Amino acid sequence: MKARTALLLSVLALALAGCRGWQSALDPQGPQARELAWLFWMFTAVLTAIFVAVMIALVVALMRRGPPRADPLAVDPAGERRTNFVVAGLAAATGVTVLVLTGFSFVSQRNLFRVEEEAVTIRITGNQWWWDIRYEDADASRSFTTANEIHIPTGRPVKVKLVSADVIHSFWVPSLMGKQDLIPGQENDIRLVADRPGTYRGQCAEFCGLQHAHMGILVVAEDEAAFDRWRDAQIRSADPPDNPDRQKGLQAFLSRPCVMCHSVRGTPAGGRVAPDLTHVGSRRYLAAGTLPLSRGNLAAWIVDPHGIKPGVNMPTMKLDPDDIDFIAAYLEGLK
Amino acid sequence: MKALAALALAALALAGCQREERSFRSSPTESEEKVALVPLFPGSSGPTSEVSGKGKEFEGNAYHLAQGKTLYRWFNCVGCHANGGGGSGPALIDDVWIYGGSIENIVHTIREGRPNGMPSFRGKIPDDQIWQIAGYVRSMSGNVPKDAAPSRDDHMHPRPAENRTPTFPPVTGGNTPPSGQAPQ
Repeated sequence: MKARTALLLSVLALALAGCRGWQSALDPQGPQARELAWLFWMFTAVLTAIFVAVMIALVVALMRRGPPRADPLAVDPAGERRTNFVVAGLAAATGVTVLVLTGFSFVSQRNLFRVEEEAVTIRITGNQWWWDIRYEDADASRSFTTANEIHIPTGRPVKVKLVSADVIHSFWVPSLMGKQDLIPGQENDIRLVADRPGTYRGQCAEFCGLQHAHMGILVVAEDEAAFDRWRDAQIRSADPPDNPDRQKGLQAFLSRPCVMCHSVRGTPAGGRVAPDLTHVGSRRYLAAGTLPLSRGNLAAWIVDPHGIKPGVNMPTMKLDPDDIDFIAAYLEGLK
Repeated sequence: MKALAALALAALALAGCQREERSFRSSPTESEEKVALVPLFPGSSGPTSEVSGKGKEFEGNAYHLAQGKTLYRWFNCVGCHANGGGGSGPALIDDVWIYGGSIENIVHTIREGRPNGMPSFRGKIPDDQIWQIAGYVRSMSGNVPKDAAPSRDDHMHPRPAENRTPTFPPVTGGNTPPSGQAPQ
């Protein structure tokens, strides 16, 4: 018996260990996520208690055998009244439980969408299958565009405007906030707050086509100073190539189909329909969280995007092997 | 007799399971179609043309046409040709084609460019995407199968959807700009 309990406990511990990590609603890293996690555990505890109580009552009722009754059709007024009270009482308790839980849910919802003065405003546009990210600022020269990775200062509310360029997507960073849809022709706003520095993964949570599963987003929460450094670096245009190989890469980039869709600020590349590559080398992932960013993965992605993400809008292009190497070197150096 | 009817029905039902094939992993190599680049030719017989059949495959494929429609907007064809009605570039929803209205001709026009404004997209747009755009341009004048043509717009509709456009078979005409004409 003891061994079995120990086994059960260790299995439970293992299952719960799976709830931790950089993408888990049960490992909250911000006030909103904590609100949701509290709701989840509270509902689970209350409903589990009710379920167990009902099961115990059922088993007791099945086990208990009263003495055989002489006349099954005889009515016992006192007994009937007692039964009526018990049933009415339990029905009322059910109603009260539902009302109280609704109240908790309502209060949490209000906390979740409380409007606070935001420190940073980010506009996220969902695309098949990547996230276009625009940091908005009252000063136009401090607005900039990036993709698939957002940085936020810890402890400060961040306003996120959600729009879509094609179909319905859903923005979900489980460690920080619940889901919110990105709908064509409509703007939905949410607020994010991260308690402490960390890297959290988000995922499109509304089926949006073939590569829905490969539509990830990374949220990097860092202290105010690190965030300001990152933002100043992102606002700058791309640095000119610092060695002959990267210079060749830039030339190849500008004379190939890349420029039809991608932009690199500070060069003539100004396409607006694919991720902005101005500082692609500073990101941790490539192709919306699909591959870790490295020179090899950049080259692999350029050579055969459909082998990695079938159906993606990046086409297969005719490129010389040398060009691929140079372009990958150029992009990797765009820090 | 009854078994035969059931079998026939099953065969008919199974035939409905066939889905259009989408080829995502396109070949990056450039296609070579031998078509006349201009309607001008010496002698009484027309120019000989040799096509590979790639055009048929792209014109009858709903995925390729829909991609072409997206690319038409993304690559700013709208900037000169508007939504087909034409602007500084010629109209595309009519039946008049200066440089030929077959899909192979349109692929050539996009890839090589034309005098007085149409830029060459050789090396800028991958070959299969040029074919997708050309297929879509054909659908604007109703010259592709109706069941494959796009039926809706993501944005406000400037005109009826492509699958409701009446068919206008291409005729040679229009004003060839002076610089596009053969030297006299």
